[in-house]
Amino acid sequence: MRLSEIGVFLFFVNAAFSNNFIFSRFLGNCPYLGVSTKLETATGMGVAVVFVMGIASLFCYLTYEYILLPFGLQYLNTIAFILIIAALVQFVEMFMKKSLPALYSALGIYLPLITTNCAVLGVTILNMNSGFNLLESVLSGVFGAVGFLLAIVLMAGVRERLESSDIPKAFKGFPISLIIAGFMSVAFMGFSGLVK
Amino acid sequence: MSKNSLRGVFVNGIFNENPVFRLVLGTCPVIAVTTSAINGAGMGLAATFVLIGSNVVISLLRNFIPGKVRIPAFIVVICTFVTMIQLLMHAYLPSLYEALGIFLPLIVVNCIILARAEAFASKNGVVASAMDGIGMGIGFTLAMVLMGSVRELLGNGTIFGVSLLGASFEPVLLFVLAPGGFLAYGLLLGIINAIGNKRKANRSNEEVKAA
Repeated sequence: MRLSEIGVFLFFVNAAFSNNFIFSRFLGNCPYLGVSTKLETATGMGVAVVFVMGIASLFCYLTYEYILLPFGLQYLNTIAFILIIAALVQFVEMFMKKSLPALYSALGIYLPLITTNCAVLGVTILNMNSGFNLLESVLSGVFGAVGFLLAIVLMAGVRERLESSDIPKAFKGFPISLIIAGFMSVAFMGFSGLVK
Repeated sequence: MSKNSLRGVFVNGIFNENPVFRLVLGTCPVIAVTTSAINGAGMGLAATFVLIGSNVVISLLRNFIPGKVRIPAFIVVICTFVTMIQLLMHAYLPSLYEALGIFLPLIVVNCIILARAEAFASKNGVVASAMDGIGMGIGFTLAMVLMGSVRELLGNGTIFGVSLLGASFEPVLLFVLAPGGFLAYGLLLGIINAIGNKRKANRSNEEVKAA
């Protein structure tokens, strides 16, 4: 799915809808289930992920193309990518603590957890496997994260309503959220034929 | 550590703190690769290998790793074992390697493994940590196989490729597609919660009777 063949709009539709990280690639489920209880924190988390995924795609592309590939070290890609991501998240955390303290305290423990958000490492490995160039890597990171933002905000909206509804005791919390995610995933399957 | 508590650590990972159904950690591979029982088992065993290896190494190094940089240090250790299993599987089990795809390198960011490193291996001895890795790994593998079996049975009429429901069974294709992962996981989690609640209620009833 190259950018030059399908154009920016379809590239966006493909990354954010047809191959949505949550509903069709199953990446980033932990924050998706963990931080989606309130609309506000869900939005904050989603925006943080957009930022981190864009930058991570950029730096991982540069590292792979100009350091790992010339020296024949491709098998070290996982370890290199995760270290880059961990460093970036630390940077975002420091930046937020200083400039956006309200958001920082709202996101709490989930900010360092972006490091272990598999969507971030996932997108960098997917970019590498699809042989994307620099622009395509960054766009697929940002657009994919926008899809994640959309999914987590939708879920938070549903879960806020869910609090006041009568759910069987055993299904409260995670089980009912997973079932709702299943139905959302059915809806998102409708997007799957859009980009050939 | 005495024999009794070692067994406790081992059983803990399988039942009381089952990573998939009790702690609800590392949900991505649970939903993504369990389209068949064999894929679930393969993923479970790969994660078990990484869990045992990283638990043992981190437990050995626990007095040398400074507290402030422990998380990156843990991740590097975990990543080493993931790269090992990746290369091994690519060489000896290429079809499973293809089936697990991106989720094999993503074991690095599986919350279960980092959580055990942080919560157990960095505080306990080598033997106990290895035991914890084995228990958690088996718990994870069993849960993955259960998920895979349910989805394969409903979506394809088979378990481990063996046909169980006969030719007249109309497969519910949804269960091997994307949404089926969420639905099957949610339903199984609900059922297991219901059983847990029932057992808890029975136990407190008995206590009331005994008193």
